[in-house]
Amino acid sequence: MIGFSADTASFWQSLQERFVIDLKIGEGFTALVDFMREHFGLLFDAIAATISFVADNLTIFFNFLPAPLVFGLLAVLALWRVGWRFALFVLVALYVVMSMGLWPESMDTLGLVIAATLAALGVGLPTGIAMAKSDMLQAIVRPVLDFMQTLPAFVYLIPAVIFFGTGRVPGTIATVVFAMPPCVRLMNLGIRQVPVENVEAGRAFGCNGAQLLFKVELPLALPSIMAGINQTIMLALSMVVIASMIGAGGLGDPVLAGIQQLRLGIGFEGGLGVVILAIILDRLTQSFGQRNKRGAGLLTRLKTFFSRNGKADAT
Amino acid sequence: MSTKLSVEHVYKVFGAHPKRALERIERGEGKDAIFAETGMTVGVSDASFEVQEGEIFVVMGLSGSGKSTLVRMLNRLIEPTAGAIRIDGRDITRMTRRELIELRRREISMVFQSFALMPHQTVLENTAFGLNVAGTSSSEREKRALDALDAVGLKANADSFPDELSGGMKQRVGLARALAVDPGILLMDEAFSALDPLIRTEMQDELLRLQAEQSRTVVFITHDLDEAMRVGDRIAIMEAGEVVQVGTPEEIVREPANDYVRSFFRGVDVTHVFTAADIARRDQITVIERVGVSLRAALSRLQEHDRPVAVVHDRERRYQGMVSVESLTERIDALGRREEGAIEEAFVPGVEPVAADRPLTEIMTQVAECPWPVPVVDEHGRYRGTISRATLLHTLNRTEASAA
Repeated sequence: MIGFSADTASFWQSLQERFVIDLKIGEGFTALVDFMREHFGLLFDAIAATISFVADNLTIFFNFLPAPLVFGLLAVLALWRVGWRFALFVLVALYVVMSMGLWPESMDTLGLVIAATLAALGVGLPTGIAMAKSDMLQAIVRPVLDFMQTLPAFVYLIPAVIFFGTGRVPGTIATVVFAMPPCVRLMNLGIRQVPVENVEAGRAFGCNGAQLLFKVELPLALPSIMAGINQTIMLALSMVVIASMIGAGGLGDPVLAGIQQLRLGIGFEGGLGVVILAIILDRLTQSFGQRNKRGAGLLTRLKTFFSRNGKADAT
Repeated sequence: MSTKLSVEHVYKVFGAHPKRALERIERGEGKDAIFAETGMTVGVSDASFEVQEGEIFVVMGLSGSGKSTLVRMLNRLIEPTAGAIRIDGRDITRMTRRELIELRRREISMVFQSFALMPHQTVLENTAFGLNVAGTSSSEREKRALDALDAVGLKANADSFPDELSGGMKQRVGLARALAVDPGILLMDEAFSALDPLIRTEMQDELLRLQAEQSRTVVFITHDLDEAMRVGDRIAIMEAGEVVQVGTPEEIVREPANDYVRSFFRGVDVTHVFTAADIARRDQITVIERVGVSLRAALSRLQEHDRPVAVVHDRERRYQGMVSVESLTERIDALGRREEGAIEEAFVPGVEPVAADRPLTEIMTQVAECPWPVPVVDEHGRYRGTISRATLLHTLNRTEASAA
């Protein structure tokens, strides 16, 4: 019995030596990246230029906005879409960010997240639609999405740096790659889950392809699409911290500093800033997923807010 | 009446190589054999029928009999594998995509089992859906949609959303949406099957009322015999993808084509399907009332044929009354030998004629209580025959037997 197990081990050992060859996947990937950098340099430059234009301008824009205006805009939005309690939370939360001295970082992050989200949606939503229309495309895209989602986020950063150097652009691109899958998946799922009879009704009344998409499928898939967008924003926000390792800036910087220099306080402050942004963006985007029919408009909400005596949230 | 829609040898095969399955069908292979050997499903096999302008044509069958597939081929939501479908003589299976879209926008609309309303749109917007898709101007759209809503009694709910309506109201919107485009043909796929029985009856009445106001060509799919009998001018019965019988409700009840059709009547009360005219018999002897027909002549005619009663009608076959051996004898005796009485004086009291279109359920008591056969008259008062207790029992017995 003992001899048997020793034999088996050496048997497997010899089998492995004989049959398992090194596929050199890592080297292959490196070669691929080198090849792409060499031959598609212009393409990457163009992408970099676009991304940096959008991301830079958004960041500059948010930093340019006077803080009181941001306070006001977000509070009004919160009041309109969610309710007065949330509007109150937004005001307090933004005040906390300000008091931590993280306002510019927060605005950088907001710009970065919005730029990355726009890019992710721009690519992701049409992909999701195409995927819903074609089973073959779905079969192809699915494993790619799995790959994008499960590959450790740090691994994106390496090729991103190789292609685009350090700074905001590779950070945004890594964020786009990481944050895109949910909006593709949920767009696909949402359209596929539109009840068969609704699609049939659309076709039976003479919709052409575009009408079917815009008059039936997208409106009925809207809650699912909005959930996808919401998830994309959340993932973008979580990636932003990691992206600060390659110099993307924003709220990731204090967190990174906290880790590197073991400064618990500053790390926590950065983390809290991220959480606050996350909560605000999450609640706001979620609210657009619920059908706001006959819903109290902004004006009505404002009126009820100002005329009420502390209990008119129920609209 | 002209033919609005004709379905000619239509087949539908679901699977990878429908043409191969068709070849097998031509060689006479059954659909089970084809499924076992190729994995392809024959959904509809050699369906042929014609629908007349302005009639409600019901397609009835159990689930899986291919009726939903069939109705979806009528507007090509499902592409037929073979055969021709003609609407006003035009074969829609040969239409281009553009022509087909045009046809769906103007000529043929559909009502769905699960209503299939758009939850993000108001009742009015839902109703205007077809017009919207067709590019009708918004003022025209609103006007026609409101008219359609008015027709189904939902004008007041124009600004509601579908989830604020009950099932019956939702389907009224579904109906209004289909009517708003003013289609030549209305397809109704199990349109009332999802509604509870009371509402379903109400909706059937609504359909019949709308049909009475403006008659449209309706193809109505159902699995419910009662519903088919109630709304259908003619019924096609489908079994395993084939149309096994087409006929009026009466024809189908009276002469079911096979055991499958017969099985539908199991436990179904057919007395409301048959009308008085359906079971009235012409085997009573009749006396034509004219000048000079005497009581004695009538009596001798009865005695000659050994019958207890005779029906009296005028030259235009208008029913006058009924005489019996007893009533005649009594009258003759009362008058004495010399006198000649009018025949009306010998009519049997208490015999009331029934209208030909009354359903059996309504006349059963009358027939059962009357000692004599009950005469049946049409809307002009013309004699159509009589129903005796024996006939009634025989009919009931026969439907029992066919149900068993």
